[in-house]
Amino acid sequence: MSNYMVNLKINNIPVSVPEGTTILEAAKKLNFRIPTLCYHEDLSVAGNCRVCVVEQVGARLLQAACAIPASEGMEILTNSNKVRQARKHIIELLLSEHRADCTECYKNGNCELQDLAHEYGVNQHLFIDLARKRNYTIDRSSPSIIKDDSRCIRCQRCVRTCDELQGVSALAVAYKGEHQKISTFFEHPMFEVVCTNCGQCINRCPTGALIEKTYIDEVWDAINDPNKHVVVQTAPAVRIGLGEVLGYEPGERVTGKMVTALKLLGFDSVLDTDFTADLTIMEEGTELLTRLKKALVDKEKVALPMMTSCSPGWIKFQEHLFPNLLENLSTCKSPQQMFGALAKTYYAQKRGIDPKNIVSVSIMPCTAKKFEANRPEMRSSGYQDVDYVLTTRELGLMIKQAGIDFMKLPDSPYDNIMGESTGAAVIFGATGGVMEAALRTAYEIVTGREVPFRNLNITPVRGFEGIREATVKIEGCLPEWSFLEGVELKVAVAHGLANAKKLMQAVNDGILSYHFIEVMACPGGCLGGGGQPIPTNLEIRKKRAEAIYAEDEGMPLRKSHENPEIHLIYQDFLGKPLSHKSHELLHTHYIPRKRY
Amino acid sequence: MTDIQEILEKVTSKYGKQRSALMPALQAIVKEKNYLSDEDIVAVAKTFDLSTAEVYGTATFYTFLDTVPRGKYVIRVCKTISCHMAGKDEIIEALQKTLKIKVGETTVDKKFSLLTANCMGWCHKGPVMLINDEVYPELTPQKAIEIIQSYQQK
Amino acid sequence: MENKLKKVDLIFCKTCQDDIEVVKKALKRNPDDIINEIIDSGLKGRGGAGFPTGLKWKFAKAQPSDIKYVVCNADEGEPGTFKDREILDQVPTKVLAGMAICAYCIGAKEGFIYLRAEYNFMLNKLNQIVEEFNSKMKEVGLNFEIQIRSGAGAYVCGEESALFESIEGKRGEPRNKPPFPTVVGLFGKPTVINNVETFVYTAMINHLGAQRFKELGTQDSRGSKVFSVSGDTPKAGIYELELGMTVEDFVKEFGDGDTKAVQVGGASGHCVPRKKFENTIIGFEGIPTGGSMMLFNSSRSMYNVLKDYLEFFTEESCGQCTPCRVGCQQLLKGIEAVKRGERPASYLEELKKLAQTMRIAAKCGLGQSVANPFISIVDNFKEEIIY
Repeated sequence: MSNYMVNLKINNIPVSVPEGTTILEAAKKLNFRIPTLCYHEDLSVAGNCRVCVVEQVGARLLQAACAIPASEGMEILTNSNKVRQARKHIIELLLSEHRADCTECYKNGNCELQDLAHEYGVNQHLFIDLARKRNYTIDRSSPSIIKDDSRCIRCQRCVRTCDELQGVSALAVAYKGEHQKISTFFEHPMFEVVCTNCGQCINRCPTGALIEKTYIDEVWDAINDPNKHVVVQTAPAVRIGLGEVLGYEPGERVTGKMVTALKLLGFDSVLDTDFTADLTIMEEGTELLTRLKKALVDKEKVALPMMTSCSPGWIKFQEHLFPNLLENLSTCKSPQQMFGALAKTYYAQKRGIDPKNIVSVSIMPCTAKKFEANRPEMRSSGYQDVDYVLTTRELGLMIKQAGIDFMKLPDSPYDNIMGESTGAAVIFGATGGVMEAALRTAYEIVTGREVPFRNLNITPVRGFEGIREATVKIEGCLPEWSFLEGVELKVAVAHGLANAKKLMQAVNDGILSYHFIEVMACPGGCLGGGGQPIPTNLEIRKKRAEAIYAEDEGMPLRKSHENPEIHLIYQDFLGKPLSHKSHELLHTHYIPRKRY
Repeated sequence: MTDIQEILEKVTSKYGKQRSALMPALQAIVKEKNYLSDEDIVAVAKTFDLSTAEVYGTATFYTFLDTVPRGKYVIRVCKTISCHMAGKDEIIEALQKTLKIKVGETTVDKKFSLLTANCMGWCHKGPVMLINDEVYPELTPQKAIEIIQSYQQK
Repeated sequence: MENKLKKVDLIFCKTCQDDIEVVKKALKRNPDDIINEIIDSGLKGRGGAGFPTGLKWKFAKAQPSDIKYVVCNADEGEPGTFKDREILDQVPTKVLAGMAICAYCIGAKEGFIYLRAEYNFMLNKLNQIVEEFNSKMKEVGLNFEIQIRSGAGAYVCGEESALFESIEGKRGEPRNKPPFPTVVGLFGKPTVINNVETFVYTAMINHLGAQRFKELGTQDSRGSKVFSVSGDTPKAGIYELELGMTVEDFVKEFGDGDTKAVQVGGASGHCVPRKKFENTIIGFEGIPTGGSMMLFNSSRSMYNVLKDYLEFFTEESCGQCTPCRVGCQQLLKGIEAVKRGERPASYLEELKKLAQTMRIAAKCGLGQSVANPFISIVDNFKEEIIY
């Protein structure tokens, strides 16, 4: 932003802002909130909903505050009669096109249009109800996302999200005039098009036009079925996000309360995805070292860089867009699916429960996990490994439904077995976390010493830059790893699929070369996942990241290989990393999908 | 019928592979094949490295870039005010009778599609219709029928 | 009474100028002089919005950019307007000469003509003429090449920023302004975009001098203008007339003796009822127009006229902004509901308020101008709308 300052008045109050500042931002500085709908901090400016219009003294036209830069001498009124009348009209117009049976809507109570209708006293339909006469479609084909055109206000936030943040453009604006709509390719069902199920569109939809497919009722039924043993696993990022749905400010760590709540909801066993995150590090770390050995010692042809495989949105993205790089993906299942496979085998054995009576539920910050659980590959226990996936938001709703006063709950520990974890697993929830966790373990396996970073915090792979790179020089190897002596391990981290796309293009074109790449589909990693509380923006994601790293530092154990339960499972059940049994239960393969 | 790849090669050799060549590409396909099929849009998306939804969204913005099958001759009768006043309804009626289809439909032999369109810029000589790119102003029902008959013989 | 309407023959005159010579003459002049002369002439854009042409060129010239564009807006889509088609058909090189002079003045090397798809029938011929012209420009030493791009059936692409989007291969959705085209235009570069007719006048002014142009018209509306006359008139067609006449003058010449209203400026213009003919000037001091003049006699229902217009806008709105996309539908459904008695006559007042909101809150000129026909027809022909 320019250093040149411009002076203007907003509601008669003088303010000085750098050139290029929009009226919306300038007003915010003076603590005037201008309502918005199509505007989103994560996205480019569209200026199409017009609800942010303001009056510029002396100008004939109202201006969209989100799009108009402040200029010298401007006098802006954000709340004149002219402005209020126009805004009211605009809200009324949007409502006339919108199926406003709010009590039937999943977003009831968390809808930006509803809030504005309330603020502006729009209680009745001034205009003719257009929504009822339309033949709107509701697309329920995807296991992750429901697209309900009757609730769409055409702000195009989803379209910009899918394009600008994710580089996918599964959704686009189609037709014009009264027929204009948000559409997939040829209006094909969401399940059939190039969609990664990441749910970022859901996070940015101001209304209920894009929501997750919910499985709350199925989970209640399972809990209430006396013949079922219902286990639940919670992903790392849920514990730092859930609070936002239940009255806390972003960045609150509610791990203990969440466990208590899950027990109160009636789950038979409350376990932790973090356990299988630690397990992932053992498997994936070993896989990386094996690939490196094959490349450096055996001179075998092996796919490098190896790429992480925890993020199912990212996996589907690769399957669609870069099928030639599928070999590079780690064969490790995601922690959710490792957990699912083990819940109906290892856990069932240990607890003496018939796996057919186990219902395996996971709480995820993610909508793509719903798709992942339904993949045909994910049945290595002989059953569907994970039966139901709920988002952080859905869990919040269940807690509300159960009437639990969340903020007053005491903390509880996770149950055993498969409840023990380390700080390395927690940071899976933040972009760069898998990389950091893997390095903490791999470095120590190879050298017998801790990674040479202060307090184990590998800061170069942390942060919110879209693509980050780091180099770790391996020195002082143990004898069996001497082939890695002096090797500079080159790693890269990307979050948000648009960044992943750039990185993959560079890798594909041979411009950049690495040993190991971590990709998370969502901006900020899982903490910014498509199943996390709404709203989201960079500031919120930063607070969630701080909470994740604080959680890590607060753990007694911070390296996956130190998790005692991990030792136990290898000793009692799996043998060793990459064993036959591991391959059977914990690894998978990928399917090339159509690019267009 | 010309192969889609051939059409695209011709367009890209003249206009390049940037997004700005997208409209000429879509127009060229419609000119050859009368409409944009699912497969055509996939081919275009590949050529320009765009998502198919994006190409579809762009095409559907434009009335002349049809995404439903159309006949060899697309008849567009102007329905805007001057042509309305000059009797476009009678023209449409005559055409519907002659072609035995309604507005929006295509004849069984895939020869004609009958559509209406907004102002074509012949307000002083309405009613007017386009058949593909050709203009036929100052229509009477009889004249319109004769014009169709001449196309039927083509 | 004396008829004040004056016919002019500047635009279509084929013997008045050799267009290549006109360009050659311009190339010998200082660009600033040419621009100042156009400013001095008082020429305002002939597409309808009426921005001073010379200033537009001046702003574009002042932009420090290696790449600039000249764009000719030939997306004539306003119902009732057909003069650009006639100009391009009759005197295409005059348009090209105007573009070339503009390119020379602002420092552009590339020009585009955006021709509406409905005019594709003249595409081949026009392409040939453009090619010849391009090679002539090489000969006279002007590094400037024009290409034609076709529209594909979207009225809103006549809006300048929507037109840029369309040339760029996107949906023709208008952009936020500022920035204006002279700063950020086609492909993000400084661009002059003028209407077909405007370019002809710039060439003419360059050839005959500003004085000849200034002599015509009034203080606020200099020069002459090509009008497209249609509707209930025995003399439908294209006429170049001096600006400054009243609707009364116009009706005397073109009416059928029973004219009850004239729609000035096309569907997006204003409806002038008989009682206001005398006091309404056609021009920037009264009702500006891109040239569309549509006459209605007493046999016409103004409800049907308004309904036609609203159907047009409901379809042709790009759909991105709320006031226009939904507003057009509500105005249309609203008058239908009043007609059917489903809403009281007083609902028209609510709709007028809505039209006012559209006028000031819509993103582009399309949505803003729907209020023009709506309010002027509802105000002047209320009974016809209700009963």
